[in-house]
Amino acid sequence: MESTTATHDDHYHGPASGIRRWLFTTNHKDIGTLYLWFSLIMFFVGGAMAMVIRAELIAPGMNLVDPMFYNQLITVHALVMIFGAVMPAFVGLANWMVPMMIGAPDMALPRMNNWSFWILPIGFTLLLMTFFLPGGAPASGWTIYPPLVLQTGDAFPFLVFSIHVLGISSIMGAMNIIVTIMNLRAPGMGLLKMPIFIWTWLITAYLLIAVMPVLAGAVTMLLTDKYFGTSFFDAAGGGDPVLFQHIFWFFGHPEVYIMILPAFGIISEVIPTFSRKRLFGYEAMVYATAAIAFLSFIVWAHHMFTVGMPIGGLLFFMFTTMLIAVPTGVKIFNWVATMWRGAMTFETPMLFALAFLFLFTIGGFSGLMLAIVPADFQYHDSYFVVAHFHYVLVPGSVFAIMAGVYYWLPKWTGNMYNEFWAKTHFWLTAISVNITFFPQHFVGLAGMPRRIPDYPVQFADWNMVSSLGSFVFGISQLIFVAVIIGCIRGGTRKVDDRVWEGSHGLEWTLPSPAPYHSFDKPPEVR
Amino acid sequence: MSEKPDTEQQPQAESNAQGPRHASLVVKLGFTAVAMFGFGYALVPLYDIFCEVTGIGDSTTTTAAEEPVNLETDYDRTVTVEFIAQHEQGSFWEFDAEKVRMEVHPGKLYTTHYVAQNQSTAPQAAHAVPSVSPAGATRYVQKVECFCFEEQQFDGKESRNMPVLFYVDPEIPSNLGTVTLSYAFYGQPLLTAE
Repeated sequence: MESTTATHDDHYHGPASGIRRWLFTTNHKDIGTLYLWFSLIMFFVGGAMAMVIRAELIAPGMNLVDPMFYNQLITVHALVMIFGAVMPAFVGLANWMVPMMIGAPDMALPRMNNWSFWILPIGFTLLLMTFFLPGGAPASGWTIYPPLVLQTGDAFPFLVFSIHVLGISSIMGAMNIIVTIMNLRAPGMGLLKMPIFIWTWLITAYLLIAVMPVLAGAVTMLLTDKYFGTSFFDAAGGGDPVLFQHIFWFFGHPEVYIMILPAFGIISEVIPTFSRKRLFGYEAMVYATAAIAFLSFIVWAHHMFTVGMPIGGLLFFMFTTMLIAVPTGVKIFNWVATMWRGAMTFETPMLFALAFLFLFTIGGFSGLMLAIVPADFQYHDSYFVVAHFHYVLVPGSVFAIMAGVYYWLPKWTGNMYNEFWAKTHFWLTAISVNITFFPQHFVGLAGMPRRIPDYPVQFADWNMVSSLGSFVFGISQLIFVAVIIGCIRGGTRKVDDRVWEGSHGLEWTLPSPAPYHSFDKPPEVR
Repeated sequence: MSEKPDTEQQPQAESNAQGPRHASLVVKLGFTAVAMFGFGYALVPLYDIFCEVTGIGDSTTTTAAEEPVNLETDYDRTVTVEFIAQHEQGSFWEFDAEKVRMEVHPGKLYTTHYVAQNQSTAPQAAHAVPSVSPAGATRYVQKVECFCFEEQQFDGKESRNMPVLFYVDPEIPSNLGTVTLSYAFYGQPLLTAE
């Protein structure tokens, strides 16, 4: 590795200067950075909406916003967080880390990479400008079920086209990642020698290519139903609104795993580093990831148990859903086994990874409860569901992203972040996320429906607790931004190439900060 | 643009060497994406075919059945048939079932009526979509004649009694004691346009 770094200076070409660097860049590190900043901004946009939602719900009664605007907020909050915050964050991490982890000089299709990022802001401009259109933003919930969504005003075509644009961006990003991983691995790096983060992203990218076009088709059908007289989902014309739910969730369930598999990959990188052991059961992890991806295609109707399915259908989807707990359990077991008798230390990335382990498991268990058909008839569309998916998405996906950012930030910048403030960020976040979402299990089980701006007084106390927790969570994220900016501006000290004592993998053989072009000559993997 | 070739030289050189390999994979992946877009549309007929083949979930039949001339009427048992009428709230249609409930012998032909009125002064067309509940009973509730088989034309303020001739197949499982026949009545700007 010494030779790689030594010869590197001769080949060094810095980035272009000014705005053109970012507009025209084809460098995977620049594009990764763009994705990550974009995702952080969207995290705050969606978060600001969440703050208004929780402020409305802090007490019974209509407190702050008009109910219609409330519905717009919950809809756009979800779309922004899913397509704007979580997915671009993972794509950003992939852009930064995939070439560095497999010993490639860049992504395989650098110009497409530029495009797949730059159409994202276009998609979100389309989506967010709907707040200013007559009739306001889409207010049907992010699941955009007809016939309700067809009542959307002028925002409707904007919603459809923004989903098209975001879908195209995701598909291009996924193609790039697959081609990079399949074609540009360093000599000697066989498929089963790839880091687990690469594996999870490879499988995720295939999921994206398989299901994003299905969503594009579904919203196109909605568009033609509304404006061109087709009747895919219109009972009057012989269509069936339940068909939309089937098509949507055929996309929607794999989408859920698109947002968690890369998180599994990050956790599988972080835990071994801070346990100073190799990952326990590497091959089992790979096969478990593939199994989860396969199962994600045959469980979709568990989102719609209450539409009136025959008993055979209910049983099929209940059992396949419960089957997912098996490969997921394998993963949890392997993470715990990796830590077993390891020399563990608790730097911020490890803290986030450990919190992920506990809290994602809670979300997994509530998911199992929801998988039980008779129980789901009560839980369906209640706050219990809200608690469940926020547990898997916030302390699941978002915590994994934060773990990844803290883990690789010193490699990106060459500087160590401020550990004190990072740990403060962690503890405030981890405590407040539970204060926010745990009480939602209680009000959900007690019967509080989701997607309502007002509720009976019996739910008042826990909603107050939940709202206060969410405000602490929201403010705590400002610390995250401050720590990142502080680290970019010099941090607390310079770091060496390894950064972490227990780290292993090709990315740690590069200098810190990672040079603009890396691995001009492919490294040898033993 | 002058500095651009500089910044791109390394990845560019790499991808030139890799060109053909990349291209074939990109084409395959792009084809997959396009095929999956088509698959989303293919789900529409597949959904109907799946329900038809397995006999699940299919609650709508809009084709006429044969008169039950060869069927033995089962006078030993009765099945309760309930009738439901739905129409859009706030529209100018009135739509109701003549009878709410009938006790019928399987295998025997019965007639009931639905009453619809166009409360506007202009001529209107409307279409009824039938549905049987529970879904598993659909194949046993046979309609010999039904106003739902075709579009209905109404003059302004016209009210009409529309017949349904139906029978319950004697092979209906004994656990189905009650079946519900429901009609949703839609005013038709959409269908007349087609």
